[in-house]
Amino acid sequence: MAAISTAPAGAPTETPPVPPGRAARRRKLVPYWLLLPGILWLLVFFVAPMVYQASTSVQTGSLETGYQVTWHLATYWDAFKEYDLFYLRSLIYAGIATVLCLAIGYPLAYTIAFKAGRWRNVLLVMVIAPFFTSFLIRTLAWKTILADDGIVVSVLDKLHILNATAAIGLTSSDRVLATPLAVVCGLTYNFLPFMILPLYTSLERIDPRLHEAAGDLYARPFTTFRKVTFPISLPGVVAGTLLTFIPASGDYINAELLGSPSEQMIGNVIQSKFLTVLDYPTAAALSFMLMAVILVIVSVYIRKAGTEELV
Amino acid sequence: MTQQTTAPAEPQASAASGGAVTLTGISKTWGDFTAVQPLDLTIPEGSFFALLGASGCGKTTTLRMIAGLEEPTAGTVRIGDQDVTGLPPHKRPVNTVFQNYALFPHLDVYENVAFGLRRRGIKSVKKQVEDMLELVELGHLPRRKPHQLSGGQQQRVAVARALINRPQVLLLDEPLGALDLKLRRQMQLELKRIQTEVGITFVHVTHDQEEAMTMADTIAVMNAGRIEQLGAPADLYENPTSTFVANFLGQSNLIEAQVTGSSGDDLLLSVGDGRLTLPTARSAATAQIGDKVLAGVRPEKISIAHADDAATVPDGRNKITGRIIDASFIGVSTQYVVNSPWCPEFAVFAQNVERDTRLTPGTEVVLHWNPAHTFGLDATQDIEAGEVSA
Amino acid sequence: MIVLNWLHWIRRHLVVFAAIAALFYMTIPNVIVLIFSFNQPKGRFNYSWNHFSLDAWTHPCDVGDMCTSVSLSLQIAVLATIGATILGTMVAFALARYRFRGRAPVTGLIWLPMAMPEIVMGASLGTLFLNMRIQFGFWTILIAHIMFCLSFVVTAVKARVMSMDPRLEQAAQDLYATPTQTFLRVTLPIAAPGIAAGALLSFAISIDDFIITQFNAGPSTVTFPMFVWGAAQKGLPVQVNVIGTLMFLVAVLCVVAGQLLGRTRKARS
Repeated sequence: MAAISTAPAGAPTETPPVPPGRAARRRKLVPYWLLLPGILWLLVFFVAPMVYQASTSVQTGSLETGYQVTWHLATYWDAFKEYDLFYLRSLIYAGIATVLCLAIGYPLAYTIAFKAGRWRNVLLVMVIAPFFTSFLIRTLAWKTILADDGIVVSVLDKLHILNATAAIGLTSSDRVLATPLAVVCGLTYNFLPFMILPLYTSLERIDPRLHEAAGDLYARPFTTFRKVTFPISLPGVVAGTLLTFIPASGDYINAELLGSPSEQMIGNVIQSKFLTVLDYPTAAALSFMLMAVILVIVSVYIRKAGTEELV
Repeated sequence: MTQQTTAPAEPQASAASGGAVTLTGISKTWGDFTAVQPLDLTIPEGSFFALLGASGCGKTTTLRMIAGLEEPTAGTVRIGDQDVTGLPPHKRPVNTVFQNYALFPHLDVYENVAFGLRRRGIKSVKKQVEDMLELVELGHLPRRKPHQLSGGQQQRVAVARALINRPQVLLLDEPLGALDLKLRRQMQLELKRIQTEVGITFVHVTHDQEEAMTMADTIAVMNAGRIEQLGAPADLYENPTSTFVANFLGQSNLIEAQVTGSSGDDLLLSVGDGRLTLPTARSAATAQIGDKVLAGVRPEKISIAHADDAATVPDGRNKITGRIIDASFIGVSTQYVVNSPWCPEFAVFAQNVERDTRLTPGTEVVLHWNPAHTFGLDATQDIEAGEVSA
Repeated sequence: MIVLNWLHWIRRHLVVFAAIAALFYMTIPNVIVLIFSFNQPKGRFNYSWNHFSLDAWTHPCDVGDMCTSVSLSLQIAVLATIGATILGTMVAFALARYRFRGRAPVTGLIWLPMAMPEIVMGASLGTLFLNMRIQFGFWTILIAHIMFCLSFVVTAVKARVMSMDPRLEQAAQDLYATPTQTFLRVTLPIAAPGIAAGALLSFAISIDDFIITQFNAGPSTVTFPMFVWGAAQKGLPVQVNVIGTLMFLVAVLCVVAGQLLGRTRKARS
């Protein structure tokens, strides 16, 4: 029969503890070996350039004579004074585009998650597939859609909407292209999938029975949405707005292709300083400030939205 | 004993292929938390052994140390004659049926079952796999993926996948936890049948006392990292040695009593103005006259009589008077809760042979039982230990 | 009465109408790209309809270096995908399967490139290469692409590995698989969909990237997006629309084929 005796707690046992051994120590190193190449890549080609750029932004000199670190902080002040309007415009355009993306994307994500039934996969493909055509080509297509002699402009004109939008500075009185509306429209279009996919992921996890339960507990459909669905989808909303706002605020393609010089964003300035004017310290200072502004806005936003589930 | 890589194809192997498991001073701690107190335990070859306890009592940790999935803080694990303490899981002659089965989702039933054989370099697995699938009655579904099987079928695949390797010991971690009640009963009998057929040592971890009692030859009741008591199911049930076992394994009425004397093989106890008799041999506490002791009796051993019939109760039986506060009719029996001045909420299960319809709540009654069914426990313990809170 | 019912129906399906409008907004540019691939424009720009022609489809490579740029983009995308998938999968396994010191900063470092406007990353990496006097070209583009694809692979693979039951690996070890066999036979096959998703995402991001590429390309390395950018300034050939439409069709075909494959596999078992 089985024999048993439980030794009193704390009594020394005769068998020594198992030694950790070399195998265990080697096992401890495994995660570091796995991380090494990837993290090294990011350190060398992502972190180091950031640091390097920070130092470039306080250098003076020219391409011919070479650059020296002179702690020339005036570069920042000069750049900001000269281009503050561009920063403001970038943030406003990106903000409007983000709100529009949420307004357009939420019903679509909601429909795919709860109402699509067997069409769910087809709709998802329809959201993702356009992506595979180069976004520059698709952005250029908006030139055709919004062309001065196109349907959109003539309809808006007939309905006298253009006059109204011109009054608040969104468009000019006879055209949409080369106006703020065209740029915002392009930004919204370009970053819409970045909004829809996180929204869909967070909505899809919601058990449809929660809707029934809310209905059973006397909530009207809209109350159900306000009190149950939307709060649960909040992580998706936060992720989606960030994934839209951050790239939109640094974008220069929509302003370049669909706007005129008076719609230029900060991205356009950095791009031309870097690639055309070759004023590297100013380009570095401008992009550093853009990064700082975005980091501040994002961290305030995350705290306000009260969610940390982003990664 | 070495693993036989070219074992005969018949799953009905010789009855003595199991190995004994010997744990010596084994313990497991994580920082300040002690999951398993140092314990010595021998599980005999070929037995069906159950580790029974509530969640967090250390039973699963003990099992995982046998499997090699957890490294003991101290102590040794031996299987048969071999010390396996330092061996990784894949070098131990044991196999595990995991909680929720852990079937490989990307492999079908056949490949799941063949997995262990292939890893040991066995080329022709067809016959063995087919025979094993027959044994668990899944011969018709070899190409199904795990997610296409019912819970009971998945469970049988998990058993087949482990057994095909002819381990010396099969470890089962709550193998029936995910099944519904009816299927669980059915699988209990099935597992018992398979164990008898293959004769391998089974070590079974469960929190379900009925499951443990149905299947195991020997049960070890674990609590807070220790083994409270070990023995055959009936022995544990009839002779609990601690309040935890008395309450966890079935239900017990425990009465705090004082030892007033002895007579022959019996101890005489007093409870208020009543008298009880307790066989000395059935007392786990060595009590002197004047000491307190807990007298216990199982609810189904008690007879219940209307107070008007008190005179009909034969002499020499332990008697307690009280008043019914609740009666629930559950078909085969009626369960009464009786309040008596010295022991509140006494449980009584009465078979519905000739039901006395006068026994309704509020009725004064006499409870009586054969003194031989009384057991004695040390009064210094927590009287409510191991009670299943409703 | 009927009108009321009708209004009620519209109100109940309002969200669906909004969704259809959103889908329309998202797909209309692709339709335009398709239609205008059959255009024969009057001037150098392909913005307004002139008359139908199959020229662009029959002679897709007739414009300058467009097809060279497509092949360059494909080469870079394939190599960047391979590099980012290998490095990213390794990091993902370390994060999902091990506890180690320095987890938090590593997680932060992975997250940062996704939370950074492309222009900031592109400009800073370009500054570094410039000052190190490294020749801009194929390799600088490839390095940049691997850098920003890495995080996406890590995220995709990590999610998959984290949702995997650790008992599966324990079961494999219990069934005599050595650590290597456990990885090859159980962990890797189960993580495969996550790795595939990460790789696909890398490919899509890399082949379509413009901003970071523009800051790290040399004068002779023109990727397809850079070709389009240049053309948009000088004159847009119709062939660009042909390539755009082909990309769209290939992608849809892949998705449909994948779905059908999954369905037949399910039906067979």
